[in-house]
Amino acid sequence: MKALDKKLLRDLRHIWTQVLAVALVMAAGVATILIAIGAHRSLDGTRNVYYERYRFADVFTSATRAPVSVVERILRIPGVSIAEGRIVKPVLLDIEGMSEPASGLAISLPPGRQPHLNALFMRSGRLPKADAGFEVVISESFAEAHRFTAGSKFKALLNGRKRELKVTGIALSPEYIYALGPGEFLPDDRRFGVLWMAEETMEAAFDLDGAINNVTIKLLKGASQPAVIAAVDRLLARYGGLGAYGRKDQASHEFLDSELQELEAMRNVLPPIFMIVTAFLVNMIMSRIIALEREQIGLLKAVGYSRSGIAWHYIKFVLCISAVGIMIGYGLGQWLGRGLTRIYAEFFRYPFLIFDSSTDIFLAAAAISATAGLAGASGSVWQAATLPAAVAMRPPAPVAYSSLFSRHLKVITAFNQVTRMTLRHMVRKPLRAGGTLLGIALSLSVLISSLFAFDSIDFMIDTLYFRTDRQHATLSFADDRHPRALQEAAHLPGVMRAEPARAIPARIRNGNKSRRIAVIGKPRNADMSLVVDLDIRPVKLPRQGLVISDKLASLLDATTGQYVTLELLDGKRRSVEVIVSAKVRSYIGLLAAMDLDALNEIAGDGPRISSVSLAIDTNRTDALYEKVKALPAVASITLQRVSLALFRDTLAQNIAMMMTVYTSLGVIIAFGVAYNSARIQLSERARELASLRVLGFTRQEVARILLNELAILTALALPLGWLGGYGLAWLTAQGLDTEVHRIPFIIDRDTYAWASVVLVAAVAVSALIVRLRINKLDLIAVLKTRD
Amino acid sequence: MAAVVFKAEDVTKTYVTGDVAVHALRGVDLELFEGELAVMLGPSGSGKSTLLNILGGIDTATSGSARFKDLDLTGQDERTLTFYRRNHVGFVFQFYNLIPSLTALENVALVTEIARDPMSPAEALELVALSDRANHFPAQLSGGEQQRVAIARAIAKRPEVLLCDEPTGALDSKTGVLVLDALMSVNRELSTTTAIITHNAETRKIAHRVFYFHDGRIARCETNETRLEPREIVW
Ligand SMILES: Nc1ncnc2c1ncn2[C@@H]1O[C@H](COP(=O)(O)OP(=O)(O)OP(=O)(O)O)[C@@H](O)[C@H]1O
Ligand SMILES: [Mg+2]
Repeated sequence: MKALDKKLLRDLRHIWTQVLAVALVMAAGVATILIAIGAHRSLDGTRNVYYERYRFADVFTSATRAPVSVVERILRIPGVSIAEGRIVKPVLLDIEGMSEPASGLAISLPPGRQPHLNALFMRSGRLPKADAGFEVVISESFAEAHRFTAGSKFKALLNGRKRELKVTGIALSPEYIYALGPGEFLPDDRRFGVLWMAEETMEAAFDLDGAINNVTIKLLKGASQPAVIAAVDRLLARYGGLGAYGRKDQASHEFLDSELQELEAMRNVLPPIFMIVTAFLVNMIMSRIIALEREQIGLLKAVGYSRSGIAWHYIKFVLCISAVGIMIGYGLGQWLGRGLTRIYAEFFRYPFLIFDSSTDIFLAAAAISATAGLAGASGSVWQAATLPAAVAMRPPAPVAYSSLFSRHLKVITAFNQVTRMTLRHMVRKPLRAGGTLLGIALSLSVLISSLFAFDSIDFMIDTLYFRTDRQHATLSFADDRHPRALQEAAHLPGVMRAEPARAIPARIRNGNKSRRIAVIGKPRNADMSLVVDLDIRPVKLPRQGLVISDKLASLLDATTGQYVTLELLDGKRRSVEVIVSAKVRSYIGLLAAMDLDALNEIAGDGPRISSVSLAIDTNRTDALYEKVKALPAVASITLQRVSLALFRDTLAQNIAMMMTVYTSLGVIIAFGVAYNSARIQLSERARELASLRVLGFTRQEVARILLNELAILTALALPLGWLGGYGLAWLTAQGLDTEVHRIPFIIDRDTYAWASVVLVAAVAVSALIVRLRINKLDLIAVLKTRD
Repeated sequence: MAAVVFKAEDVTKTYVTGDVAVHALRGVDLELFEGELAVMLGPSGSGKSTLLNILGGIDTATSGSARFKDLDLTGQDERTLTFYRRNHVGFVFQFYNLIPSLTALENVALVTEIARDPMSPAEALELVALSDRANHFPAQLSGGEQQRVAIARAIAKRPEVLLCDEPTGALDSKTGVLVLDALMSVNRELSTTTAIITHNAETRKIAHRVFYFHDGRIARCETNETRLEPREIVW
């Protein structure tokens, strides 16, 4: 090995703790890149392969009842490559050992074969037969939740008649990678399952002989999706078509999209922070090293080492630090990536999940980190390379402390000697002091942006369950009913109050912007299921006009007071202009609501309701469930209590994982910055401190002098970090703001406080480690060396 | 008559710091011959180091010309000067300037690795009688030993010139003698042109010629008819 390389390795070993501290920050950056991009690719790539292999449809639509022949006509629409008709019906499930009814979605399968579109991945068992009773293939998550296997049996209410279904197989479908029950926004494996049954069985059970109520379509390459959708809608209009939609509006696909969007946001926010801090830390270390090695550099030049040779020597130094960081980052990324994959595996049902660990991301992450390190070192390396050899041979001139500072800032005389020393020192190295301050502030910001999720979720729970949907349960009908169904519901056992609602699928349009939504009609004097304004106060729905959530408003570019077009896809399928009378808040999906009577008026099919909110006597729920399980009209019942528990559980789990990761990241930054800053100060001021020790200062006092600066910088960093945390939390909230969901941007004062406590603790620990080194300060050696 | 190795003509050097100009050299003429050992004396600030740095290619003259054999040292770019230093010049400094994280042997290897026709590092240490300390780090060596390592490092590349700026400045007399012995034997055996700056006037007695600096000029030059061995001079 070259002598110069030996020097390199020994120098690295000499400051290994500092190297490690920087490497950890860099590793965090590499890991976040690997996770965010890797997971993004895994999710996206796996989905694409899955879609491709199992022929996920491009366009979906349903109708009340259409003749099978309509499929032929759809096939003739230009741009359509495959069209397949089927029957899809919500069913209520009665499962042994479960008092509350579960919901199922029954989907027909063509006789004896896989469908052309949305083929099933059979985990086990076989496809159902038509003539062997009520055979079903069930979705895997549902099967797992109930430990169903081929041969298991459970009951379902098919078109008002209770039937015993026999499981013949367990399957996954590209249509239900993310499987949401009706009215839910998180998957509940116990309470929702997809059931595939033979076409013939379903035709018979639902009186749909020779008819279908759902069509899936595959487009030709280059076909115009809007054109096909329009043509399909025209064809199905008279069969009660509910409007065709593309993958973008398909629930499972849409949710996966939103997940991808979140990962993108993570990728855009975190890695840059780590890279900035990395660059700064490398800068701090390298400037100190080069200051310390001035004479060595001069010597190397004098004996004939070239500028580039010397530059390369220090570049290698940085590359070594980077290599350590990249290695740790790689390990960390793999490990955390696996954790994330586990979370995905729980939510998303894929037959296979490839965690993409392709080398190109790794190389890119490595290149980015090394670049950040080199960028940080560039100034120092340049300085080393251009240091004139002759100048380097002289010992450095005594540092010129800024006299400006003491002259112009009279305040300084007000401080004691120690503080004065600290302040002068800080002013002499403004870049380092500033960088340290910034680094600590950034770390605090990351901590705040991780902890704020708690506040946000608390607020969201309060809003969702205690301010908007305050009912105990929601009963949804398979088809819209006459309002008398409300009275029937009110007389169910245990029901204390009942409140109607109607949901009509519609397209809402403003100019060329449109969205497919469900318009919700609620009574003006609603007391259970409410709409809240932007300040989360209950809104009394206007007699006329529509209220829409601010997210929908911004997607449509619509403002209060203007008219938007509502194309109802049910009832008389009218297209009407309605005024947007207010913007309201909603955290899940896209909300458009109006007065129930006004909605029925424009729907034009007489008074109808599609669901009922219930207040129930919790002592009598079992009786209620028992009754509901036998009600033919009911498609599903959702229970707020169960839904809230699920919400808490799921988020608690996810947030706990994210929090652990983010908090560790924040602590790593704090530690890396504080430790390096203190170590470098110790190196710079070793002589001064040793002199003080010789003069009779205690270790305690000397330590205080050294750590004073860190303490002052940390104190100054707090407000900056709070501000940055606010901004970072805002960015995080933005990242979670998708069409599927968004989170309230709320940061409690406690969060600022806790984040600050964690930060101060991290800084204190690094200070303590440096403090231990002061104990080892070798007075004689330090005084002997020329600084 | 031996060949001329260095030839300086009317070399000046002016340092400008802020609005003060320091005239370190005010016009120096000098010739050094092959195999010659020159000692340079003069009060502090008289420009000795400045001239040596210019001759060694680590500084450049403000005006005038300085030549090493056929190479004009004035107005050369960094790269040429680097290769000049790498291939022709050996430096010894007052404060040794060893790399603390390298052993004695490795400090020498640092130079032999980039030189054209070096001796082995062990051989160089042998010449300064330090073979038994080859694997010691600078911190484990005395000042005199460190300086001998520095000399070994300077001569290991078989330089044509050896430029020593106060090589005994930080040493006691006994150790100083050892260092001067090492320099003289290198000068004799390898016939390396050697220039030694010193504040010890007695040292002049080991030189072929002595240059006296004063206020940025060479005030006079003496030729010694007879030379003394380092151990014979009085400190
Ligand atoms: N980089 C510089 N900037 C400004 N002035 C300088 C610089 N280098 C040297 N000088 C000045 O040039 C003059 C000559 O310096 P030089 O180092 O050559 O003296 P010297 O004869 O070697 O002195 P000494 O015996 O003390 O080493 C001195 O006045 C010195 O202050
Ligand atoms: Mg000098």
